[in-house]
Amino acid sequence: MSFLSFLISGISLGSIYAIIALGYTMVYGIAKMLNFAHGDVIMVGAYICFYAVGHFHLPPVVGVLAAMALCTVLGRVIERLAYKPLRSAPSLAVLITAIGVSYFLQNAALLLWTSNPKVFPNFFGREAVGPDGQAQLLTGVELFGGQLRISYVTLVTIVVCLVIMGALSLFISRSKLGKAMRACSEDKDAARLMGINVDTTISLTFAIGSGLAAVAGVLLCSAYPTLVPTTGSMPGIKAFTAAVFGGIGSIPGAFLGGLLLGVIEILSAAYISTQLSNAIVFAVLIVVLLVKPTGLLGKAIREKV
Amino acid sequence: MEKLKNMNKTTRRNFLTYAFVIAAYIILQLWAGAGMKSSLRGMLVSICAYVVMAVSLNLTVGVLGELSLGHAGFMSVGAFTGVTAAVALQNAVASAPLRLAIAMVVGAIFAAIIGFLIGIPVLRLNGDYLAIVTLAFGEIIKTIFNNLYVGLDAKGFHISLLEDRTQLLEGGKLIIAGPMGIGGIQKIASFTGGAILVLLCLVVIFNLVNSRAGRAIMALRDNRIAAESVGISVTKYKMMAFVTSAAMAGAAGALFALNYSTIVANKFDFNTSILVLVFVVLGGLGNMFGSIVAAAALTILPEALRGSDKYRMLIYAVVLILVMLGTNSPRVRGFLEKLLPRRGGKKEGV
Repeated sequence: MSFLSFLISGISLGSIYAIIALGYTMVYGIAKMLNFAHGDVIMVGAYICFYAVGHFHLPPVVGVLAAMALCTVLGRVIERLAYKPLRSAPSLAVLITAIGVSYFLQNAALLLWTSNPKVFPNFFGREAVGPDGQAQLLTGVELFGGQLRISYVTLVTIVVCLVIMGALSLFISRSKLGKAMRACSEDKDAARLMGINVDTTISLTFAIGSGLAAVAGVLLCSAYPTLVPTTGSMPGIKAFTAAVFGGIGSIPGAFLGGLLLGVIEILSAAYISTQLSNAIVFAVLIVVLLVKPTGLLGKAIREKV
Repeated sequence: MEKLKNMNKTTRRNFLTYAFVIAAYIILQLWAGAGMKSSLRGMLVSICAYVVMAVSLNLTVGVLGELSLGHAGFMSVGAFTGVTAAVALQNAVASAPLRLAIAMVVGAIFAAIIGFLIGIPVLRLNGDYLAIVTLAFGEIIKTIFNNLYVGLDAKGFHISLLEDRTQLLEGGKLIIAGPMGIGGIQKIASFTGGAILVLLCLVVIFNLVNSRAGRAIMALRDNRIAAESVGISVTKYKMMAFVTSAAMAGAAGALFALNYSTIVANKFDFNTSILVLVFVVLGGLGNMFGSIVAAAALTILPEALRGSDKYRMLIYAVVLILVMLGTNSPRVRGFLEKLLPRRGGKKEGV
């Protein structure tokens, strides 16, 4: 039973990684840049939701929507101000700019919201009457006579991840904008010749990625409720690893990579060693990349001479 | 002067770099003797260590052309092994400068070994995949040192992972204490030692770059397939640059660690790797002089901004973004060129 419960929490953590990894992989697929500021957008999203619910007493759903909307705007602003002028610059220059943006967001958050950890509220509970006849807050369901306990956060995270994956896959494969995105990632110049507005498409990608980051931020902080200005950086790095793990640029790859990474992390923490779990995650990544240098679902591009 | 003019361009630039380092050393040393702010004086060794980190990473990123995001890992290896050596030899070797030198050599050797081991898998990959694997190794090294216990007693070294099982004899000493790192380090690092290390690294890099091997490395950077087709061994030359770079980072790590009384593994994390990468990119890829200036300036900048305390890291971030935009955006560049015509003397290629 404990294995099952570890597996489920691994899938839940993996779902969060997968949502974050989607942002990395989409941006990489189209703009060929590693957006290191993505992890910090997660943190901003979580703070916005925290304040929307905690201070303005908005219902959680509105809080999440507000976080998504503001992060989408934030993503577009960052893209417009920092990345767009560097479209033709070498990729390292863009990378350093992204790092600059990441520092900026972290320090701005430090000034605005201080380094005191905020305790993120648990949105996912329901009032129930306990066995002693008193009202209590249930935060999860119990199965098999109490042997297996799954919290609502876990369930919601997994469902949200599946919904996002489905919706995004449909969007990319069916809609006109999705088609434009695929075209841009294949060949920007050819896409431009076909009348696709490449700049708008790239901005759109950033907007979608940042909106998803807000969702990931809320889910992450619901599961691990301490919120500080550096909350986003480690999950950001892990999700980036997940994106590479699954094959960067590939959306199903990000999903698979995220899930696997989460499961490996939780299982190795449970059965091998808590302290070494990060090292094990990265070691698995290295082994996978050695066997399949473009990631699990990545396409190998043949170099032509 | 006449001779300086007749030298070939690269040689002249290299000599000017040496001269700059020596001049900077003399000026700073004199200033340190004559009332430099103590906060700045304390940073001199760190500046040297970061300069070495920057030039060594520049060898990987600028000369070899592979992005490494785990350079701090090698610094960490050098720091922990170097300090361990310094502690172990505390009684055997009385002279502090000699112990510092031994520590740096030990750090360099261990970092080179780790660099070689990591290089075997890493250098088979390309581009961003290589970058992410170096990142992964950096994190693994950090995790290992966070859980490593090394003790020394009459019977020699005792090493254990995860928990302290060293069971030292009477009079033994636990040197590396897991997440607590190494404490009670004698601060034997000196600015002179740092400056010598910087010069030494520059000599190695300049000689490597201007040698047959260096040209092979740069050929790999410019076009791997073409280089391979004329018989340049990819693995050999990539490994040569990577291991050299790792060794220098190890020496820098030992120097850096011996400037503090406590050192923990978390000091050498992803952010440190990124910080050094920022030095390299700001200074210019393949440009060692640029790396030196950028590393020194950006190490001092947060300190210099201490007046505007709360906002200093924010200003740092903004400066970083603006510099990158200023040097790389075509629009800003065009504007600057209009403003300052005929400067830089860059001719358009045909």
